[in-house]
Amino acid sequence: MADNNINTSLDIEKVRADFPLLQTEMRGKPIVFLDSAASSQKPQIVIDAISKYYNSQHANVHRGVYELSQNATDAFELGRERVRSFLNAESTDEVIFTRGCTESINLVASCYGRKFLSEGDEVIISAMEHHSNIVPWQMICQEKGATLKVVPLNEKGEIIMEEYKKLLSDKTKIVSIVHISNSLGTINPVKEIIDLAHEKDIPVLIDGAQATLHSKVDVRDLDVDFYTFSSHKVYGPTGIGVLYGKRKWLDAMPPYQGGGEMIKTVSFENTTYNELPFKFEAGTPDISGAIGLGIALEYVKDLGFDAIAAHESEILTYATEKLLAIDGLKIIGTAANKASVISFLIEGTHPYDVGTLLDKMGIAVRTGHHCTQPLMDFYQIPGTVRASFAVYSSKDDVDKLVAGVERVANMLR
Amino acid sequence: MTINEIQDEIIDDFSYFDDWMDKYEYIIDLGKNLPLIDPAEKTNEKLITGCQSRVWLGANHKDGKVEFTADSDAVITKGIIGLLIQVMSNQPAKDIVESDLYFIDKIGLKEHLSPTRSNGLLSMVKQMKMYAVALNSIK
Repeated sequence: MADNNINTSLDIEKVRADFPLLQTEMRGKPIVFLDSAASSQKPQIVIDAISKYYNSQHANVHRGVYELSQNATDAFELGRERVRSFLNAESTDEVIFTRGCTESINLVASCYGRKFLSEGDEVIISAMEHHSNIVPWQMICQEKGATLKVVPLNEKGEIIMEEYKKLLSDKTKIVSIVHISNSLGTINPVKEIIDLAHEKDIPVLIDGAQATLHSKVDVRDLDVDFYTFSSHKVYGPTGIGVLYGKRKWLDAMPPYQGGGEMIKTVSFENTTYNELPFKFEAGTPDISGAIGLGIALEYVKDLGFDAIAAHESEILTYATEKLLAIDGLKIIGTAANKASVISFLIEGTHPYDVGTLLDKMGIAVRTGHHCTQPLMDFYQIPGTVRASFAVYSSKDDVDKLVAGVERVANMLR
Repeated sequence: MTINEIQDEIIDDFSYFDDWMDKYEYIIDLGKNLPLIDPAEKTNEKLITGCQSRVWLGANHKDGKVEFTADSDAVITKGIIGLLIQVMSNQPAKDIVESDLYFIDKIGLKEHLSPTRSNGLLSMVKQMKMYAVALNSIK
């Protein structure tokens, strides 16, 4: 278990060697990859596990009586067990595989909403949500005649907890808030957010898309009702994600989609649904994805959460200091508790121009509104340049970014 | 000069740049020195929304030719707009509709007009041709 891992320093060169893509070039230069918040790179063992599965283990799961299918089922379900262990969930029945964090949130909005939302009810989100945690709720609220309530932020990009407390009421049917902001890096006080909602018996969904990459998540310790994340942001393959849900909610919710896997019996008159977790997994699942995700989570656990946190915190501090020394550079999102994501603007320049020129230097950053348009409106900016760091990010990456940004600023001003 | 003659001239100008930096410095200068649309006229009607940068496009019909004005909040986008205006503005509507903008590819800026780039430039070129179609039919 990672909890017993007291190793707090990482050999970054060794970690980097695990990721083949980091050895490649972009625009003819060794790549400086600073867009891990959009999607992280994959360690060789994840790539190998997927390759091995297709080379020698593939068959459809939960169906065949033959050995190959049974082995594939075991490998797939081992992936689920690894997710359970990673999140410290009580049972694998509470771990639903989806296509990604977005689908996980859509599933809850749709199924929980269909059952528990009615006219006049309220759903609470925050002003820093990704579109994935806004639009699904808007859609179900519109359908049910419910209202979306938005918790405001302060200038640093932190949730104003007093305002959150005021919004919690008898009308509130669910709270859905991001764990770590993808645009600002703000780490929200999720434990407090959950406890306050629970005082009024309101369930809480936490969007963990950016969190599983950086920190240990314990769903039982948080006492969270729903927790969602994507595999590809935590060094796993694209195309698969996770919805953790407390059994009482998952049992109470109607299924999401109909099809194979999710049924117990079907006749033209009536269908009875399968048990958890299969009730929410219609159709053939992403078998290789579950295997790859399981391996990725093991990889993270082996590195150790303390070691990852220590390294990323060091990189964040180093990068913040170096970037702020650049004339006219302003960081957007200065929360006291922050993950290794830096959004910035350079006075007199447009993020698109900065990103375009950095690309020419082999530096991959994200530019734009980061799928958080309401948040950009709050700061009255068109977007930002965002550098995001992962376990393989080095001080050398930061130095190259800083040199690149200085050069770009000179070209543009 | 015809659309293709102007394109060929731009291709020739760009052949003197040795590296990407010189090229982009030129485009940035072009963008900086072209106050194309008066801020007061940057109305929502003229706005073409890209995901990343915004583009404004206006068009007038004069002596059988279409005159374009355009602008952007991003200077590189604005520089490339400057080139597109050089090529397309004050040309007969029919020529604009039928134009093949091969110069973009030849000077190595094709990526800026890719559908995934979301900077508004591709939509702008489409809109230019739509204006030309519309103004052509008025005549």
